[in-house]
Amino acid sequence: MNEVPPALPVRNDRRGIWPTVVFVGLCLLVAGSVLIPLWTSKPAPAPKNFNSAQQQSPEFTAVVGQLDASIEKEWREAKVKPAPQAPALMVARRLSLGLTGTLPSLEEIRALEEQPQEQVIQWWLTRLFEDRRYSDYLAERFARAYVGVENGPFLVYRRHRMVDWLSTEIQKNRPYDELSRELINANGIWTTQPEVNFITVTVDQNDKDKGPDEVKLAGRVSRAFLGVRLDCVQCHDDFMGGSWEQKNFHELAAFFAPAEMSLTGVRDNKKKQYEFRYHGKMDDELVTPRVPFKPELLPKEGALRERLAKWVTHPENKAFARTTVNRIWALMFNRPLVEPIDDIPLEGTYPPGMEILANDLVAHHYDLQRLIRLIAATRIFQLDSTNRDNEHHVTDGQEKLYASFPVTRLRPEQVAGSVIQASSLRTIDAEAHILWQVTRFFQQGDFVKRYGDIGEDEFNQRSGTVPQRLLMMNGKLVKERSDENIVMNASSRIASLAPDDVSAVETAYLCALTRRPTEQERNYFVELLNGIKGKARFKVMEDLYWSLLNATEFSWNH
Amino acid sequence: MISPEMNQSCGTADHFSRRTLLKAAGMAGLTWLTPLGQLLALDAEKKKGSPAQSVIVLWLQGGPSQLETFDPHPNSPIAYGTKAIKTSLKDAQLAAGLEQTADILLNMSLVRSVVSKEGDHERATFNMKTGYRPNPTILYPSIGAIISHELPNQKIEIPTHISILPGQWPARGGYFGAAYDAFKTGDPAQPLPDLSLRVSDKRQEQRMKSVSVVDQAFMQGRQPDFDAKKTLHQQSMQNAIGMMTSDQVKAFDVSQVPLAERLAYGDTSFGRGCLAAVRLVERGVRCVEVTLNGWDTHTNNHESQGALVKTLDPALAALIADLKRRDLLDRTIVLCGGEFGRTPKLNPLEGRDHWPHGFTVAMTGGGIQTGRVIGATDPKGEKKEPENPVHVEDLHATILHALGINHEKEIITPIGRPIALSDGKVIRELLA
Repeated sequence: MNEVPPALPVRNDRRGIWPTVVFVGLCLLVAGSVLIPLWTSKPAPAPKNFNSAQQQSPEFTAVVGQLDASIEKEWREAKVKPAPQAPALMVARRLSLGLTGTLPSLEEIRALEEQPQEQVIQWWLTRLFEDRRYSDYLAERFARAYVGVENGPFLVYRRHRMVDWLSTEIQKNRPYDELSRELINANGIWTTQPEVNFITVTVDQNDKDKGPDEVKLAGRVSRAFLGVRLDCVQCHDDFMGGSWEQKNFHELAAFFAPAEMSLTGVRDNKKKQYEFRYHGKMDDELVTPRVPFKPELLPKEGALRERLAKWVTHPENKAFARTTVNRIWALMFNRPLVEPIDDIPLEGTYPPGMEILANDLVAHHYDLQRLIRLIAATRIFQLDSTNRDNEHHVTDGQEKLYASFPVTRLRPEQVAGSVIQASSLRTIDAEAHILWQVTRFFQQGDFVKRYGDIGEDEFNQRSGTVPQRLLMMNGKLVKERSDENIVMNASSRIASLAPDDVSAVETAYLCALTRRPTEQERNYFVELLNGIKGKARFKVMEDLYWSLLNATEFSWNH
Repeated sequence: MISPEMNQSCGTADHFSRRTLLKAAGMAGLTWLTPLGQLLALDAEKKKGSPAQSVIVLWLQGGPSQLETFDPHPNSPIAYGTKAIKTSLKDAQLAAGLEQTADILLNMSLVRSVVSKEGDHERATFNMKTGYRPNPTILYPSIGAIISHELPNQKIEIPTHISILPGQWPARGGYFGAAYDAFKTGDPAQPLPDLSLRVSDKRQEQRMKSVSVVDQAFMQGRQPDFDAKKTLHQQSMQNAIGMMTSDQVKAFDVSQVPLAERLAYGDTSFGRGCLAAVRLVERGVRCVEVTLNGWDTHTNNHESQGALVKTLDPALAALIADLKRRDLLDRTIVLCGGEFGRTPKLNPLEGRDHWPHGFTVAMTGGGIQTGRVIGATDPKGEKKEPENPVHVEDLHATILHALGINHEKEIITPIGRPIALSDGKVIRELLA
């Protein structure tokens, strides 16, 4: 007989059961990992490579001392009194926002609070440097200066590849001069040589035969690596009192003339030269490549872009070191030391700290992590942003001279990152559960766009706007991240798991504002929670969270 | 147990107790962006007798082809088959497809000789919207931001500078600050995002009270005018609540307009945007930009431009007619154009490329002369200089002048440099 054997239906049944079993198993696994009651006791793991002796070496401490002395001298001369020391948690918040674009999580705060006071900042930095969020965040900020935020010419440009590459190099703490040279002198295909996207982003989509655009590249190099707005004299000599001439810019552009597109990607063609018609002239003329200052540092040998890259990053070309210091400073203070970020005088008087940090950067082979550690160790980075005294409030003069920590608006990605982190008791990093990572990925993009991403001008100071307030008050992100959701949201977990009202309020404050409530705040919110049970408690906690996320303090670095 | 107020439905502006929420937000009186004293002083500065009070910009992003819209040359080889039609304005033709606009062209003027030095979309858009070429040292404000700054409206509770269907580069506040950026919104068929409270009035009131407790702690040791001078956080929150609870916000909702009136604009998001623009200026909004994107026709120019013209024609014609019917045309300047025009010659892909050497901006209303055609482009498409060229900055100076704003007024910018609102010249022949 050819009939189907009776065993088959049984096997089919088993097949039918397996997906269900696997699915239920996975659900239990996910729910188990998510729902394991995580409360306030578990601190985040310690960094792997923290060496307190190294971070407190006499040499390191001496440089910090010089920095402090130079700034304190200016305060004395201006007769300005510094604000008091900020609490360690506030400093940690600044570092997390500046270097990862988000807040410290509750478990990270617990870990921080276990550290001895004298090493807490450097310990925290070591942990951040080991976190991929740090390099990803810095890579994106640098990329904005190198290539902007637009997608660029699709066929020859892959922005995300370049950002990934930058992140990997920053994670390795690759010397910044080496990294910069690779960008300026990049060759090859944009997919396999991610650094080459610095060059290909300038290709005109409508005229790919023209190859990389010398003018755009010269503009990028002068601003991103030299802190000079040389492109301002692209069309004519400086008539605003500066000494730059139109030829300075185009002679710099001429270094990029050999770069062309080929089957093997970007490569140099020595025969290609740069021609330009100067203002007031009738004809195009051949432009000889020349650097705009310190010509003696330009190597005599090598391909044009290779020579330019070496000149830009030459240890005696301080413009490069100052620009690097200014960018890292801007990340950490949310405000550059010299404003605007890409317009630093080549000579003259610099704000206190600039020359010491620039010299140290050169002396320590462009070590970005050391630069960050130095800035974080200064007295000014650890000052409060308020005098905490209504009789003697912080003055503009105080803030201008960094005698109080400058209060600056958080950028959209920092606000989004903060909302998402504040609504979780766990750290949302590369180790976090996939559910949180996916949630973060999807929720952040839309929020940033609507909050108002200002692209490359992200360090320009701007005030709050009505659409931002509407988004925070009524938008989807805040609603979803503070709503009743025992799996995902800290507000619900706190409402159900906190042992008492006082610790509920304190935990919410730590998650959202990285501080404990004042006595008045504690009493106010404890009163609201008093006696409220069951689902109503979730609502009160949701309201508390909403209020913390909509307070001025949440959206500002301070 | 859930308390009764927690179960209350919420979601529409009608539910809000305006007085309660405004009180919770600490508002004594509403002023949009500008303190009252400054408002009065600025108002006094506006020249008496200037009829124009608002501007509607129909922004054709991508660079519309002048030859397929307002400046056809039907008998020339550069037409490549584009036909022209007669209009209500003697001696002025429009490209076929703009039949409804042709009927009301008598109520408009055409500047067919606009020239710009920018051939890149982003730079040219910046140039057209601000009247200045991009300059790395300073971010110039868009014309809407200038008007909002110079003509503050004490009675307005919604943003005075609005961009409907914003493209890639919506109008910015420039050196006036982010508060003057255009308020961006999408197709008016959809409700405005984030405008509805997600909880009951009572809960919202409690939330606002809690915010003030947290803010009070944060303000300790800071300057008393910290919010006004620095963050504008509380002020923005107050304005946001003012907007959420204002009847004026209904101007965005075109579903309240009878169907026939709505359909006159065309059943498109752009058409609905134009209708919303009329309703917004009626409420006192200073500048509304409505974007119709897609004019960058490097391939299949005629087909793509034709499709866009079908959207533009009913919307533009209905907008002018509607403004006139509502007695708003006298006080509303309407401007229709893009960042540049397109090349007289077709490229091998039958597209037209960028052409900033003579393109058209259509204008009307608010003291702008009607029935004028200014300038002319070369019918053969060979000359790069049109007759009677009009520079982008001159259009700006003219619009500001018509609004009673001294275009030469210098603003001390954040970098300490005084900059004129416009460095163009007023085009006298465009003024009524």
